[in-house]
Amino acid sequence: MTEPLLRVENLTKYYGSRLGCADVNFELWPGEVLAIVGESGSGKTTLLNSLSATLEPSSGRTLYRMRDEQWRNIYELSEAERRFLVRTDWGFVHQNPADGLRMTVSAGANVGERLMAVGDRHYGHIRETALDWLGRVEIAADRIDDQPRSFSGGMRQRLQIARNLVTGPRLVFMDEPTGGLDVSVQARLLDLLRGLVGELGLAAIVVTHDLAVARLLSHRMMVMKDGRVIEAGLTDRVLDDPREPYTQLLVSSILQV
Amino acid sequence: MTALSVQNLAKTFTMHLRDGVVLPVVANVNFDVLPGECVVLGGPSGAGKSSILKMVYGNYGVDAGAILLQHHGEIVDLAIADPRTVLTLRRDSIGYVSQFLRTVPRVSALDVVAEPLVIRGTDKSEAQQRARDLLARLNLPERLWSLPPATFSGGEQQRVNIARGFITDHPVLLLDEPTASLDATNRAVVVAMIAEKKAAGVALLGIFHDEEVREQVADRIVDVTDFAPRIAA
Repeated sequence: MTEPLLRVENLTKYYGSRLGCADVNFELWPGEVLAIVGESGSGKTTLLNSLSATLEPSSGRTLYRMRDEQWRNIYELSEAERRFLVRTDWGFVHQNPADGLRMTVSAGANVGERLMAVGDRHYGHIRETALDWLGRVEIAADRIDDQPRSFSGGMRQRLQIARNLVTGPRLVFMDEPTGGLDVSVQARLLDLLRGLVGELGLAAIVVTHDLAVARLLSHRMMVMKDGRVIEAGLTDRVLDDPREPYTQLLVSSILQV
Repeated sequence: MTALSVQNLAKTFTMHLRDGVVLPVVANVNFDVLPGECVVLGGPSGAGKSSILKMVYGNYGVDAGAILLQHHGEIVDLAIADPRTVLTLRRDSIGYVSQFLRTVPRVSALDVVAEPLVIRGTDKSEAQQRARDLLARLNLPERLWSLPPATFSGGEQQRVNIARGFITDHPVLLLDEPTASLDATNRAVVVAMIAEKKAAGVALLGIFHDEEVREQVADRIVDVTDFAPRIAA
């Protein structure tokens, strides 16, 4: 793999005169997991949304290497191209599973819908693949016809992950994927994510305020404060040898058990 | 040809939460490690031995100096390498047995040990077989292999850690007190494993507080107090 998958240049987003994030630059390579950490209001979700074609930046560019090897600015794609990207080559795991799932259709249909978006029309094949993916995220096969409304928070989150990964995306965005879950459920989800990301060679960008999540999942991390990246590097180095005052504060604020 | 060359390395910590107090750790660190040699970092606690080891692994940043390693037939300076390069160095060229195991929930001891081979592309069943052999050699009871090591005793965790560090054939291996919580039998196993690594041409750099073990494995001792930074008046 000799080329990055994503290239971000001077990305800046203002909400009117208020700064969302500014001058963000980085490259993401296939198989690489990048964590974006920082406290609430630091601009990390703004950045994630600007990267994932959901929030147009005020200036700067986000270039993505498409499956045909062409580099494209994601805000210059046609609506059809953008939709195709979002439905197949990308995944987006929301903090609240209800934002990423359709709560009133069955679990199987939630997974199958993404397959139909890439043109799979064979009912038997779709159901079989959905079953396989439910198994991979540890949801019992006999729940396939149930609606996610009847699922626990942890199950919903696992279903959302299955729905996103079924099309074999190359890049997955995650916004606080374990936020709001019990710690035991978090551990299970993290282990599952870590396994899947490694197994599938996914590139991922994970927004989290939880440094333990960042350590477990990511190779590299960026620390954000007041809309800017103040420190970046290898995850274990940023956590074990933080340079910036704010990063030192974050790391020293972790509660030990 | 040296396997690892550390040149003019310097490190300070700036504690911003303590009014920016600057703690000098080491300066002008210079030493080489040859293939087949075990160099031991000596000196009292607090002299900077672990910090040097962590810099050589890329876990700590450096303020100045170079850390030269052979990597895929080229010489790479880990001190200035980008994160991706550090990760491939760790995957293929430099291993590390840390003092404490950082456990991942739900991952079995066997998979923890096999992982460095799996990420290098070794077939999973073959990697697990090598892991079984190592854990058996280190006398870790077989009933523990399928359990996550979080609840293991200190000595059991350390043996998982040693097996994980020794499973690959990295040309450079860093050892941070690998025998600290082991009994005599298992210390002897580790000493034998280190001798085998040396015979295979691996360059080892380690910290051993246990004098008996140190005498058995060390070819040379580098006194870290020689690298004490001079405090500016």
